[in-house]
Amino acid sequence: MSDFETTAAGGGSATAASATTMSSEPGTQAAQLKKVKKQKVLLMGKSGSGKSSMRSIIFSNYLARDTRRLGATIDIDLSHVKFLGNLTLNLWDCGGQEAFMENYLSQQRAHVFSNVGVLIYVFDIESRDVERDLATYVNIISALVQYSREAKVFVLIHKMDLVHPSTREQVFEERVSIVRRKTAEAVAIVRKQKPEYPASASVSEGSGMIPDIDLDMQLFATSIWDQSLYKAWASIIHDLVPNLGVIETQLASLGVAIDADEILLFERTSFLVVSKWTSPEGETNPWGDRFERMSNILKAWKHTCSKFTGTPRNAEQFSDFEYKMGPNFSMFVTKFTTNTYILVCMPPGEARFNSAKLNVAAARPWFKFLDGPVVAPASAGGTPREGTGSGGGGQLHQQHPQEYGI
Amino acid sequence: MSSAFLQTDNGHPASFDTDDATQPQSQTSPTRRSLVRCISPAVLNLERVFEQNRQRLQKKDGVPAPAAKVSDQASVPQTKGKPRLLLMGQRRSGKSSISSVVFHKLPPSETLFLESTARIQKDSLNSFMEFQVWDFPGQIDIFDNPNFTFDIDAIFGEIGALIWVIDAQDDYLESVARLNSTILNLQRGYPHINIEVFIHKVDGLSDDYKLDIQRDVTIRIQDELSDQGIENAPVNFHLTSIYDHSIFEAFSKVIQKLIPRLGQLEAMLTNLCRTCRFEKAYLFDVNTKIYIATDNTPEDMASYEICSDYVDVIIDFTEVYGSPEWKRSDEWRARLEGPPWLQTLENQVACEFAESGMVLADAQRPIMLREVDRFLALVAIMKEGSYDKMPQINMNVDVVVKGLIEFFEITKTKTGIAAVGGGTPGAVAVEGGGDGRL
Ligand SMILES: Nc1nc2c(ncn2[C@@H]2O[C@H](COP(=O)(O)OP(=O)(O)OP(=O)(O)O)[C@@H](O)[C@H]2O)c(=O)[nH]1
Ligand SMILES: Nc1nc2c(ncn2[C@@H]2O[C@H](COP(=O)(O)OP(=O)(O)O)[C@@H](O)[C@H]2O)c(=O)[nH]1
Ligand SMILES: [Mg+2]
Ligand SMILES: [Mg+2]
Repeated sequence: MSDFETTAAGGGSATAASATTMSSEPGTQAAQLKKVKKQKVLLMGKSGSGKSSMRSIIFSNYLARDTRRLGATIDIDLSHVKFLGNLTLNLWDCGGQEAFMENYLSQQRAHVFSNVGVLIYVFDIESRDVERDLATYVNIISALVQYSREAKVFVLIHKMDLVHPSTREQVFEERVSIVRRKTAEAVAIVRKQKPEYPASASVSEGSGMIPDIDLDMQLFATSIWDQSLYKAWASIIHDLVPNLGVIETQLASLGVAIDADEILLFERTSFLVVSKWTSPEGETNPWGDRFERMSNILKAWKHTCSKFTGTPRNAEQFSDFEYKMGPNFSMFVTKFTTNTYILVCMPPGEARFNSAKLNVAAARPWFKFLDGPVVAPASAGGTPREGTGSGGGGQLHQQHPQEYGI
Repeated sequence: MSSAFLQTDNGHPASFDTDDATQPQSQTSPTRRSLVRCISPAVLNLERVFEQNRQRLQKKDGVPAPAAKVSDQASVPQTKGKPRLLLMGQRRSGKSSISSVVFHKLPPSETLFLESTARIQKDSLNSFMEFQVWDFPGQIDIFDNPNFTFDIDAIFGEIGALIWVIDAQDDYLESVARLNSTILNLQRGYPHINIEVFIHKVDGLSDDYKLDIQRDVTIRIQDELSDQGIENAPVNFHLTSIYDHSIFEAFSKVIQKLIPRLGQLEAMLTNLCRTCRFEKAYLFDVNTKIYIATDNTPEDMASYEICSDYVDVIIDFTEVYGSPEWKRSDEWRARLEGPPWLQTLENQVACEFAESGMVLADAQRPIMLREVDRFLALVAIMKEGSYDKMPQINMNVDVVVKGLIEFFEITKTKTGIAAVGGGTPGAVAVEGGGDGRL
């Protein structure tokens, strides 16, 4: 430790000029922070398309190969997934056998399709009867638009691992255009029946063309056997996370303060990327798939550790992971708040590294709100770290790790 | 400060020594990469030692090298001395899958798309030891082929091991019969060739069933051989699958038999474990995740698995954040080397090699990894609570790494490059954030 303080002193004013503060947050933060949020998420698609498999991998620590043991879901399998401290996903895993589907669309229609925040619709790329799949899909979309106009739709073209790698992109693109067209048609029909739904501004009425969809829809190619699963589900989760703006601002402050090139924040169980910050230098990193790749790697690593230690997969498996690649770069992944892990990629340098680790530890209280409903702070402008020697309303200091040490 | 294993990166792509000229494919695979980029051209050539070893062995056992040897060498000069692994077995038994997964990092699920192999597929692998992997089409029988006469000696002359792949999920009687006749053929001219039987695709089979198959196959081979009057043929059995670590572990065993002075390597690791109180240490070939040596504590699949996955994680981290594809800007470097640091980045780091540490949550057991050279990494599982002793441990590891480098240096040819300081990473001993000179 003592070596380190010497260096830190040397680096004291390193980039003091550029040191950003987290001021202004504490006072306003509590007011801005939202209470616990509940979201109804429908998971639909034909039987065997892989709905239960995906949810078990993402939220219940299944390995991809464990999903072979899953049986068909009977009716609706409802689960409440706690994501971070203040988001609850009410996940409706809807068994996809035809009889069930018909039932959702008739008797249970209002029950199933009301108050939906997100619909995740899964297409099995191996399915023989594409026309029929699409017909069912159109019926589901119609019901959704009827009862939950605001719902977001995610369409997953799934089991892409079964398509030859050289044609994957093309196969996916073809599906995307078909699904988009069908969606637009479905929305148009509902709109005709219910004229009180205004069309979006971009639609030129009366032009005789299919109107633009005002449905918020995204499509992904997925497979449980690779990282594509994490890309899709991170997008699904991303917009649902409360207080995203606050998280992003604070990650940015932290990133600048510790001189990082990239920071990723993961949810503890799923290892989905909740939020990320990248420096201008980091933006030049050509690996565009690195976020889902990191989720995939770290989740697999968690499973490896669990197998080795014999502790349950949902238990905490590792606390600290450091990697220094000589004079190229350094990084660490560590437990951050109760519900999150943080990954920091930064320039090389021993002193810089130690300082960053201390500063990340010091910044923990700032992200406390990730772990639960916010408790009103004791005093106005009260910083989560009152009383520490940091001074200045909870500013995070650049390269002054000794202030936070021990 | 520069060592033989690391050059400061000025944007020059890693250049390879002319020694590689005979080795056109060796550096092409894009997924292969040393942990620290732009490393010196120093390539470890064990082939010479291997060759000596082989000849000595043959002499000792009084079996003269086959007569055709000399002329044969002339006909295939480029493969001289490189241990060769031959993959043989029935069609669709999984040979190409094995070689793609182990040596080309193909995800196991993508082997579904592999096409049937029409001709012998030769791979040259430039790793800590240069060797070749020959993947044979399943349908040809090299000893009894009506259409073509194989130069048997060209195939088996340089051989390190014959790997015979049997599909455990299929009827294997014919495969076993062919294996038997192959062994009999080989016993005549090449009795030293290790025969490694991979009882393959055992994923999804129960443990009992696996053992039953292994027992059955073993007996069928032994019976046939002893009927022919052959005892103690060098035949070994491995249960393997590309869907887990077993295939890597099996290859580790196969390759360790080809390493000269393996005992010395093992002794170094055993020593390290004693002085640092490590539970287990492995020396990995980073590209293939084959371990080429471990300490003398009993074999333990679980610790091999976690160490091997650790190497995987580090490779991924390196590729995403440390690959030459992401070249940092000059401004980035200038800022980091400017005031108040006023040191090159190279001087700001404590260790010039890639190093990593990780703490398992259950009992605070750390695992550490240290790059040894562009091919090898040391991975060790430590005992609980050793984290406090990291500075001493690091020093011990430095010493061993130095020893390992020397071990491989001995066989290195004089290449004309200033291979200076290669074995003397002395500066590394100043550990633990001792950059306080500022
Ligand atoms: N190849 C491949 N198989 C998958 C993938 N995802 C799921 N599967 C397999 O598909 C089968 C069916 O998966 P489930 O998750 O039970 O399907 P489901 O959509 O929940 O079906 P219902 O509950 O009947 O509606 C399982 O054997 C999974 O292992 C994938 O991405 N690729
Ligand atoms: N279940 C399982 N399948 C495997 C394994 N190894 C290979 N396969 C499959 O076996 C098939 C034939 O493999 P291939 O490598 O082409 O066989 P080759 O003719 O011996 O080269 C492919 O579909 C592979 O996916 C394994 O360990 N387990
Ligand atoms: Mg299901
Ligand atoms: Mg083949």
